[in-house]
Amino acid sequence: MDDETRTRRDFIRSSAVAGGTLLAAGLRAPAVHAAGSDAIGIGLVGCGGRGRGAAADAVKSSPGVRVVAIGDAFADRVSETRERLKELGEAGAVPDERAFVGLDAYQKVIAAPGVNYVILATPPGFRPTHLEAAVAAGKNVFTEKPVAVDGPGIRSVLATAEAAKSKGLGVGAGTQRRHELGYVEALKRVQDGGIGEILAARAYWNQGSLWNKPRQSSWSDLEWQMRNWLYFTWLSGDHIVEQHVHNLDVINWAMGGHPVQAMGMGGRQSRISPEYGHGFDHFAIDYEYANGRHMMSMCRQIPDCANRVAETIVGTKGSCELESGVKRYELVGGSAYKFTGTFTNPYVQEHTDLIASIRAGKPYNELKQVAESTLTAIMGRISAYTGKAVSWEEALASSEALVPTALAFGPMPVPAVARPGQVT
Amino acid sequence: MNVGRPAAATALLALAGPALCGPGTSGAVPESPAGYTATIPGSSVTFEMASVPAEAGAPGFWIGRREVTWAEYDVFRADPQAKVQRADEPPPGADAITRPTPPYADEAFGFGKQGMPALSITHHAAAGYARWLARRTGHAYRLPTEREWERACQKGGDARAVAEGRAWIKDNAADKPHPVGAKPANALGVFDLVGNVAEWVDSGSSALYPQVAKGGSWMDDAGAAGCAARRVSDPSWNERDPQDPQSIWWQTDATFVGFRVVRSFEAN
Repeated sequence: MDDETRTRRDFIRSSAVAGGTLLAAGLRAPAVHAAGSDAIGIGLVGCGGRGRGAAADAVKSSPGVRVVAIGDAFADRVSETRERLKELGEAGAVPDERAFVGLDAYQKVIAAPGVNYVILATPPGFRPTHLEAAVAAGKNVFTEKPVAVDGPGIRSVLATAEAAKSKGLGVGAGTQRRHELGYVEALKRVQDGGIGEILAARAYWNQGSLWNKPRQSSWSDLEWQMRNWLYFTWLSGDHIVEQHVHNLDVINWAMGGHPVQAMGMGGRQSRISPEYGHGFDHFAIDYEYANGRHMMSMCRQIPDCANRVAETIVGTKGSCELESGVKRYELVGGSAYKFTGTFTNPYVQEHTDLIASIRAGKPYNELKQVAESTLTAIMGRISAYTGKAVSWEEALASSEALVPTALAFGPMPVPAVARPGQVT
Repeated sequence: MNVGRPAAATALLALAGPALCGPGTSGAVPESPAGYTATIPGSSVTFEMASVPAEAGAPGFWIGRREVTWAEYDVFRADPQAKVQRADEPPPGADAITRPTPPYADEAFGFGKQGMPALSITHHAAAGYARWLARRTGHAYRLPTEREWERACQKGGDARAVAEGRAWIKDNAADKPHPVGAKPANALGVFDLVGNVAEWVDSGSSALYPQVAKGGSWMDDAGAAGCAARRVSDPSWNERDPQDPQSIWWQTDATFVGFRVVRSFEAN
């Protein structure tokens, strides 16, 4: 694997774009605009709150950026988004002919004239298909995390990552901690031996419940599931994949690669009613890396319980404590360090960095790293659902394709809640 | 404010006998009502109000002895009779009582909730809590005006709060907010007006930003904490909310702000 031949420092450098080092793609990117100008034209695929937020962040990040086309499966989402984007002025004005509705809207957005920067922000189950289409069309991409929900999806994304590389396209991922300067600085010090040899790591995303949209009588099964995508594994990957991937990604970043095995558990204690689909509400996973080191990971979405969203890396000489919520980026013991630099909003910075790399003709490509962190989460989920230990190879080679190949608004049964030990 | 008075809610309001005010208050202004303890209807959560006497041209009022805690705020969040108001929905009618959407990540930011002030919530959320509390209790709770807040601060002797070591500020807070009421109260019996979390006041505007938070916080130097200290909010207080529209209830980057409530003597 590539990771084994890369040093830890190379790995972190490829992530440390906010610090000024860019991953050389080896190929010069095509002009970002048909006319050869530096203009960035956003094609927004997925018009939920995060998609709109990402489009606005991209516009704010750099001069010469505007939203050119938008698309979503649902008409109300498209019209809301057109209204909201008007707050961006000229940069957010999307005409009728470039606002697309339907399950195939992504194709029309990607093909729209002037689009050279596609933002993918639909539920994650659609991501592999959308990534493949955007890269096939020669577009730079900002993709929200996670990038798949199952092994077949990850295999597709890894192939797309290679295709993007060979085409010299920029691909940024919404694992924004990679662009949060405190993380970049603290992890650089960890990689430089600031806490000695890494012995172990811990990752947490424990929080309360999230939103749920009551089913309307006009909604088909598919529409109901898509509008409540968090609770259906084919759409979200479950919350370990959809949300906890952020923390798992940080530990992979520190470790310089992905784990080789997961042994996990989980279940649903509070989300037992039908509106919560079939997802779990808690997971705890023991991950093992190739060098025998372990990461203990836990994530929970249950109200009124102890919360924590953080990462810890334990070394022979000290530990690294990372807690984005309170901007804590600290090495304790060893080469003690506390980030005191200027804070920049990572949700904007991730676009600043990607657009700068594209305009410099050295577009970076984060797709493989985010695919690996996504598969890390998927591997944990499979282990928790089945009750079995799961290797990286097994998760990657898995033939379990969760996303239906042909989608149409209509009936869609809800899978049974997984029962560990009773799943083959 | 013409609030409803549900019988059950009123019955649950327990007025304490003796004043809870600090030394000097009841004696100095004997005509002022005493402070009291109340239970939030539908819960076992209590809160205490201290009396701030009337003075020339300024009516008296009660003020929360402590910053509103998560325990109090979470009763509001969980009230099924209040409508959850999403940021992308039009506001309901003027009579509707709304409550927060579920928070993303950890609303307590790793500081924990036991005894801790509700923090990093928006001005809209603080005002919404007070409106909800008024509706549930039948008493006109609201946010203090800046003038009222400063009166409670000055009358309580909190111009000296920092000098007397009664305020959690940057020098002594160990980079975190603290449980309410852990430092000595001021002369009115009010805790943490200066420091711990800065406190939202009523500006007369319902805009999300700008709004004013008083008193300084655990993140502030001594010079930025005191009765005159004020922070003016702006969208950077919620800059890491990656959604559009951003939350009208929760802020991602304002762990230094909380609030307390007041109630006019005359209102009811």
